[in-house]
Parts: sequence; C-alpha cells; structure tokens
Amino acid sequence: MAVPEPFRSQAPVGIADHARDNLRFIRETMERAASFTAVPGWGGVAMGITALGAAAIASRQASPLPWLLTWIAEAFIAIIIAGWTTYSKARQAGSSLFTGPGRRFVYSFAPPLFVGALLTVLHLRSSEIGPIPGQWLLLYGTGVVTGGAFSIRIVPLMGLCFMVLGAVALFSPWTWQNALLAAGFGGLHIIFGAVIARKYGG
Amino acid sequence: MAAKSGAYRRERAEGDERNKRSTSAARPAENTATNLDRLIHERTRLAIVSALAVNESLTFNELKELLRATDGNLSVHARKLEDAGYLGCAKSFDGRMPKTEYRLTAAGRRALEKYLNHMEALIRVTREG
Repeated sequence: MAVPEPFRSQAPVGIADHARDNLRFIRETMERAASFTAVPGWGGVAMGITALGAAAIASRQASPLPWLLTWIAEAFIAIIIAGWTTYSKARQAGSSLFTGPGRRFVYSFAPPLFVGALLTVLHLRSSEIGPIPGQWLLLYGTGVVTGGAFSIRIVPLMGLCFMVLGAVALFSPWTWQNALLAAGFGGLHIIFGAVIARKYGG
Repeated sequence: MAAKSGAYRRERAEGDERNKRSTSAARPAENTATNLDRLIHERTRLAIVSALAVNESLTFNELKELLRATDGNLSVHARKLEDAGYLGCAKSFDGRMPKTEYRLTAAGRRALEKYLNHMEALIRVTREG
C-alpha cells in the first residue's frame, strides 16, 4: 500500500513538495484527458498539406470567384479529413464522437464555422468577397480557441494564431489574402498538428 | 436496473464502512493523515478521477490508453472507486464488443475537490510556518 509517509513526517518542506507534486500530477492528467481523443494531430498535418495544395491552385486563378471556389472546395476536403481522423481516433478508443471527449470540442467548434459559412454566402450574394478570407481565419480560430479552452494549452494557442492572421487579413490588400490563407490553414495546421501528434499521441 | 441497484447497495455499504474506519482511527496526532482521502490519494485512482473530472464519460479503453495501465490494474482501481460511490459505471454492447463507460459521480467530484483543497492547505501551511 502506498501509505503517504511524508505527510506524517516532521519535514514541512517534504510535505509541501509532495502536495505540489500531487497537484501537478492532477493538472497534467486533466490536460491529457481533455484532449487526447478530441484533436487529431496527424489529421491537422494532412489538412495543412491539402491547404498548401489549394493555395497553389488558387494562386493560378485569374479572377476572385474561382479563387474563392478553390478554397471552398479545400474547406470541404479539410472537413472530411478532420471528421474522419477524429472519428477513427474516437473509434479506436471505443467511444463515439458525440459521447466521448470529442463532444465538447465538436459542439463548441461548430457554431463559429456555421457563422463563417453563413457570412460567406452573404458576401458572395453581394459580390463583396474582400473580407471573406479574414473572416474564415478569424472564425476558425475562434472555434479552435473555444473548443480547446479546456484542452492542452497548445490547442487554444493555435486558435489564437489563426485569429491574429485573420485580423491581419481583414486589413490587408487582396493580393496578400492567398498567402495569409496558406500560412493559416496550411502552415499553422502542419506545425501545430505535428506537435500535437508527437507529444499527445496521434 | 439490477446492476444499478447493486451498485447503490455497494455504495451504501462502503460508506458505512468508511465512517467506522474514520471514527476508530481518530487520533489527533494523525489528523492530517486521516483526513486525507486515501481512496483517491493512490496515483492510478487519482488519475482516473482527474481524467473523469474533465470528461463527461470515458470508456475503459480510453482510460487504459490515457493512463497507460494494464487491464487488471485499471479494473481493480476502477472497482474500488466504484464501490466507494465515486464512479458510475455503465456496461453496454458496441456491436458484439462489450463496452464499459465510467463517469464521475457527485460524491467523486466532491472528493477530488476536497483532495485539491487539502493539497493547497498543506502548501499554504508550510509556507506560513
């Protein structure tokens, strides 16, 4: 039996250290538990790679509309990759996406994405597509921040990076937008995805 | 239904037992040690409770992967927590695979909060002294 001897000993420093160690253990367990099935790291890397591909294709489009459609197609590919990797990760652990740890992430992640889709339709109808890339980055970042609020710290940090890029995009000329989308959906996904996959198991 | 009432009985029996234990061991010199919840002080059980505190529920396999524990080790510790009324456990079938899902009960959450307060108090006391 692991009888907590230090608590009965006369050394106060030992007690405090032991208590601190216990608190650290609890916090680390919570951090791992909150995120380990929710966020698929390698899925993020795959999404980043397809996004870089989309950026290359989009940069060759002469007019804004096919450019935008390329990115919208990429969004659907990314959603399929994210859905599939999250689902298979949850499945491996024997839980479903909507009962396990992934549920909170999905529920807090979906509303900002829905808003983004709605605003995209609105801007397309009024043929004012300038703010769309900035809004995408901002709202995607918002979803990641809220979805990852109780997760390992790296997840909300990635969301914040997306939001910063989004804010920059909103006030940048149109010619910068493709590079900013590539930096966000490509670069950030690959960097953070690789870190999450290596440090937090897949 | 049957499983539920069984768990309830166990919970009550274990509660009585714990009360007895605490009264018989009430010696002032060991106050800090006896107030400490031994049940969740053990590392594997502390990890189970901590993991469930941030998830509505986790399956046996999820906990096993998360804690890097063996089947036997995890089931023994989970059972102890379940018997104390700290964990709720639901068994079902996912296709043909049996599936065990754990969640933290209100008593389990209180126990963890108490444990956290206890640790913080220990740090505070030694800092002041």
